[in-house]
Amino acid sequence: MPKWVVGTIDEIPPGQRKIVDVAGRTIGVFNVGGDFFALLNRCPHQGGPLCAGNTLGFLRSAGVGEFVYSRPGEVVRCPWHGWEYDLRTGQSWFDPARVMVRNYEVTVEPGTELQKGPYVAETYEVSVEQQYLVVEIGH
Amino acid sequence: MRIDCDVHNEVPNAEALFKYLPDYWVEHLTNTLFKGPTESPYPPGAPVASRPGSKPSDGTPAGSSLSLLQEQVLDPTGVDYAVLNCLYAIDSLHNPDAAVALASAVNDWQIAEWLDREPRLRASIVVPSQIPHLAAREIERVGAHPGFVQVLIPARAQHPYGSRLFHPLWEAIARHDLVAGIHFGGSPGNPPTPSGWPSYYFEEYVGMAQVFASQVTSMVSEGVFDQFPTLRVTLLEAGFTWLPPHMWRFDKEWRNLRRLVPWVKRAPSEYIREHFRLTVQPLDAPADPRGLVQVVDQLGSDDMLLYASDYPHQHVGDPETGLLGHLSPGLAQKIRTENARAWYRL
Repeated sequence: MPKWVVGTIDEIPPGQRKIVDVAGRTIGVFNVGGDFFALLNRCPHQGGPLCAGNTLGFLRSAGVGEFVYSRPGEVVRCPWHGWEYDLRTGQSWFDPARVMVRNYEVTVEPGTELQKGPYVAETYEVSVEQQYLVVEIGH
Repeated sequence: MRIDCDVHNEVPNAEALFKYLPDYWVEHLTNTLFKGPTESPYPPGAPVASRPGSKPSDGTPAGSSLSLLQEQVLDPTGVDYAVLNCLYAIDSLHNPDAAVALASAVNDWQIAEWLDREPRLRASIVVPSQIPHLAAREIERVGAHPGFVQVLIPARAQHPYGSRLFHPLWEAIARHDLVAGIHFGGSPGNPPTPSGWPSYYFEEYVGMAQVFASQVTSMVSEGVFDQFPTLRVTLLEAGFTWLPPHMWRFDKEWRNLRRLVPWVKRAPSEYIREHFRLTVQPLDAPADPRGLVQVVDQLGSDDMLLYASDYPHQHVGDPETGLLGHLSPGLAQKIRTENARAWYRL
């Protein structure tokens, strides 16, 4: 499965995201407290730029007036119509089994490894001193 | 075989309640000449207020005679059960003590003069719904009587029914395994439309569908059914053809805005199909009955509609020819009897 270098870890501090074009698609790469996640930047609802949306916490409730808040920053909400997706899985909040957005595995690789190939570094001059974000994209 | 889920019994006059009222209130009503909070949401004399032949010969209002009800509804249409909805406008009273006393008197009158005399009748408890904890107290008082299957509440109210102010009322209804029957009308003192007072009764009458829709929205959004998961609500005389498009919009916006109300865990239409039923009078139907069949299909459930005559009120259409005749025999029979039998535990 092809792997694509999409940036250095320094480019995406915790709580931030970077939108990248790789392999003919647009992907959002998110840093949540040092963990990196990647989603296709296309909401399955009407094709909105999902990854430009706010990131929020996971919100549940045990009853009227009760807000059970957890996992801050792990939900992205489409800027068009507010549909919520779990950054870890790509699943929608309201119908996780049927409505989901494609997600991709992100790994952090040192430049020393990347220089050995077979990685595709479209726009990156890979240097041995850096840590790189690598996304696997299937066909 | 038929269950009629909306039949109106009317208090003939204030004096009819005297033997069910404490002496203080008898004196009060006598001295003030208060006629009682009888509501006439329909133009008097029109068939929608009293169908031809339904007024007793002694001059009392249509719906006040048990024998006429037996002759005109129970016997000729093969009714197994009829659910009485007494539209005594307790919610219009600003004196809370009068509201409580009159509601209790009406309920004792219903027990003695209707339920105890006719085994085919079931009835709705009349309550001061504008003061929910006092309404709950009245439900406590008479809710165990086997003739009561419902608590009658007007569609119009001082606050939307999802408001937490109403939790004591829903709690009492659910605990007694009764149904909340929300009926056309109400006199809360605020306008009958969300944009203020209409100029003509015509507008209020047409706009009541939006009042029902807003109460459904409020109850689901504010978590009434999450707080009281066994609560059942019948919308009486609401029409039903407005409901499918309302559910489409409600479900769509829930996906967008659900973070405001995270206790709403399923699509609103799922709550509605589980917790609401609607009577089939009046029938707001497209001219082509094939369109009506599609609307019924769009409800997404065969369990939701309940047969009702709305006696002694009369609407333009007959639900047999206007609706049931166009549906499959199985669905028509569910609407005539089985849906109500299950809902009201008859």
